[in-house]
Amino acid sequence: MVGMALTGTPEKIVSARELGIVACTRCTKPWPMGTRTCGRCGHRLVSRDRLSLQRVWAFWTVGLMCYIPANIYPMLKTRTLFQVDESTIIGGAVELAQYGNWGIAFIILFASVAIPLGKFFAVAYLALSVQRGWATSQRQRQYLYEVVEYIGRWSMIDIFVVAILSSLVQLKTLASINPGAASIFFALSVIFTMLAAQAFDSRMIWDAHAKDEGPNRND
Amino acid sequence: MDHAAISLADLPLDELIVCPQCDATYRLRRPGHGERAVCSRCHTTLINHRRNAGLQIIAVSVAVLVLIIGATIFPFLRIDAAGTSNAVSVLDAALAFGGPMILLSLATAALIVFIPLLRVVLTLYVLIPIVLDRPPARHAVPAFRLSEGLKPWSMAEVFAIGCAVALVKVADLADVEFGPAFYMFGALVVLVIAQDRFLCKWSVWHSLEHPKKS
Repeated sequence: MVGMALTGTPEKIVSARELGIVACTRCTKPWPMGTRTCGRCGHRLVSRDRLSLQRVWAFWTVGLMCYIPANIYPMLKTRTLFQVDESTIIGGAVELAQYGNWGIAFIILFASVAIPLGKFFAVAYLALSVQRGWATSQRQRQYLYEVVEYIGRWSMIDIFVVAILSSLVQLKTLASINPGAASIFFALSVIFTMLAAQAFDSRMIWDAHAKDEGPNRND
Repeated sequence: MDHAAISLADLPLDELIVCPQCDATYRLRRPGHGERAVCSRCHTTLINHRRNAGLQIIAVSVAVLVLIIGATIFPFLRIDAAGTSNAVSVLDAALAFGGPMILLSLATAALIVFIPLLRVVLTLYVLIPIVLDRPPARHAVPAFRLSEGLKPWSMAEVFAIGCAVALVKVADLADVEFGPAFYMFGALVVLVIAQDRFLCKWSVWHSLEHPKKS
């Protein structure tokens, strides 16, 4: 199975907007510019959603605000026979590292700290690059956007781990694990970052420089 | 401006295809069986033409449906430590956030059970009439639109990987036994990924728009 281009002249790519066409982002059907809703699937048609950047920043800000308490409050409350232990995301990873579980500590730090922070930076970078018209590689930015969209849902893994642990480890007096307040903030942060990434109109990456660059720029 | 633009502009809209990611416009040429049409600018797959894709998706969807129901009903994980034990189902896990965090419980249950379930049912509802060459089911268009919109929020496979991480954490603390639901969730991950790979959105929308009149 080999990927193939639909046209024989990949160096002359024309956007639908330049042709006076607006395409449905949900079902891809093209309509004449000015059509308001897609006659096939009923989705709202917008050639370039400039307002989408406001939504991106709004969701981004809420996501970032939720991420702060997610790191301050405890994620898990572990109660064993002799002690009650409340650990935050970073605290839990540090503890694991102290016991010698470097691998798991690294995975947790990577999944719960590096990836969420990376997503905030990536979404901000994409939105700013479109707003300011930065001349960075369009293909790389598209790739970055796809990575952010793909990885977004996988951050919920932390919440699911907390859910599994706190339902499973309920051993009466011996030991029990309960979710901490950070879990709800972390979940909200993930959800709002996903909404921010979805609100971004990736078509704007491609026409930021379409006007002042030659047709061969696209490669 | 240039030759390509003029020729594309002259074509009727039915003969054009537009990349939903980068807005590049091409003349529609349907790929042969087993081929994919890929946007040459951003490499998004536009059409993914597979022989019998409809039947394959229906088969996979039925399997996913059975697995989700089974994985939810059967015991999932069981823990033993010093004579005390505890067994949980997937729904128990989803509903672990009690008290003020009940909303998070509902969201978790939706993400790992109800949204995947709804998506499978919607997919079957839309695809079965198409594959049987019947007119589309009533409200097939909003049904498929909803199914596509829910796609990022269907997280059964994320949950399955979450199980693996949770097991590593508990393994030191106690003995863990896998229930039948655990293996069902494992199979589910593979099938959900297969389902998304087989499904060609463009073909489904095209079939919904041009139903075969037989």
